[in-house]
Amino acid sequence: MIDLTEEQIERYSRHILLQDVGLEGQEKIMNARVLVIGAGGLGAPVSLYLAAAGVGTIGVVDADVVDLSNLQRQVIHFTADVGKPKVESAKEKILAINPDVKVNTYYKFFASDNALDIIRDYDFIIDGTDNFPVKFLINDACVMAGKPFSHGGILRFTGQTFTHLPGTACYRCMFKEPPPPGAVPTCSQAGVLGAIAGMLGTIQAAEALKYIIGIGNLLTDRLLTFDAKTMNFRTVKVRRNEHCPVCGTSPTVTQLIDYEQAACDLKH
Amino acid sequence: MAQILVNGEPQTVEFPLTVTELIQLNKVYQPEMVSVQVNEEFADREDWDKLQLKEGDAVDFLYFMGGGAHD
Repeated sequence: MIDLTEEQIERYSRHILLQDVGLEGQEKIMNARVLVIGAGGLGAPVSLYLAAAGVGTIGVVDADVVDLSNLQRQVIHFTADVGKPKVESAKEKILAINPDVKVNTYYKFFASDNALDIIRDYDFIIDGTDNFPVKFLINDACVMAGKPFSHGGILRFTGQTFTHLPGTACYRCMFKEPPPPGAVPTCSQAGVLGAIAGMLGTIQAAEALKYIIGIGNLLTDRLLTFDAKTMNFRTVKVRRNEHCPVCGTSPTVTQLIDYEQAACDLKH
Repeated sequence: MAQILVNGEPQTVEFPLTVTELIQLNKVYQPEMVSVQVNEEFADREDWDKLQLKEGDAVDFLYFMGGGAHD
């Protein structure tokens, strides 16, 4: 239990007023530990909202530095941050919003040799990466470690997300393995409307908070997709796949894999 | 002529029709970037050529999407 100060009660009053949250829910948020992998288009809004909500510990993983072309959508980074490690830039903004948050930074690539070590200390993981090798790695590591996570993907004007809890459909249930490297358009190649990153990232942040507080229905066994051009949102039911290579009845993926990254994906 | 649901929308098609043919019919961009569900069951890519659709089937195309940050 945390005894909230007068200042905290004021800061979080709009949460505390919610019947489903209250003081108890706010305390859960303040005790929670969330890991954000990728401090880019998705990680930016996720980190900002989680910080504002008062999440006790936020871990941020990113091996990149801020580039001018990031600023169109990665709203946690400012013009003066160009050239700075994204994790440092993110940490500064998180603390500026809410000095109560403890921030752990990991200025490195999330890879098979550190994945399980990094996620171990967290209650909920956010996939905010844009490349398929790491998306599969996050999925496999979370399935193996029994950690819940939120998947997010954006492209051009569209976005998709689902939440995984142990026992529910995972990324590999839907997509067995990464697509061939040459076939993959990412933001850097195909482009994306900046605001889409905000739409998707705030959904991921809301899922993390719902999980922490224990309210509502998470996006489990459902894939939410939207197209901002039409503003049509659609939820597709997905079922856990017994042939899934990692969470199925006879898994073939039993160790973490570093899939090869398409060379063209490594550039900005 | 018969009706199936494709991504939640009714579509009039002619049978016989396999998943592969439906993908061609819908001019799916980059089929290698798509995962297919028929009546909420995932259909293995290797089976698309021989998997025959039936009246009333609900087919969903799920697309690979990246986005976010280069980590």
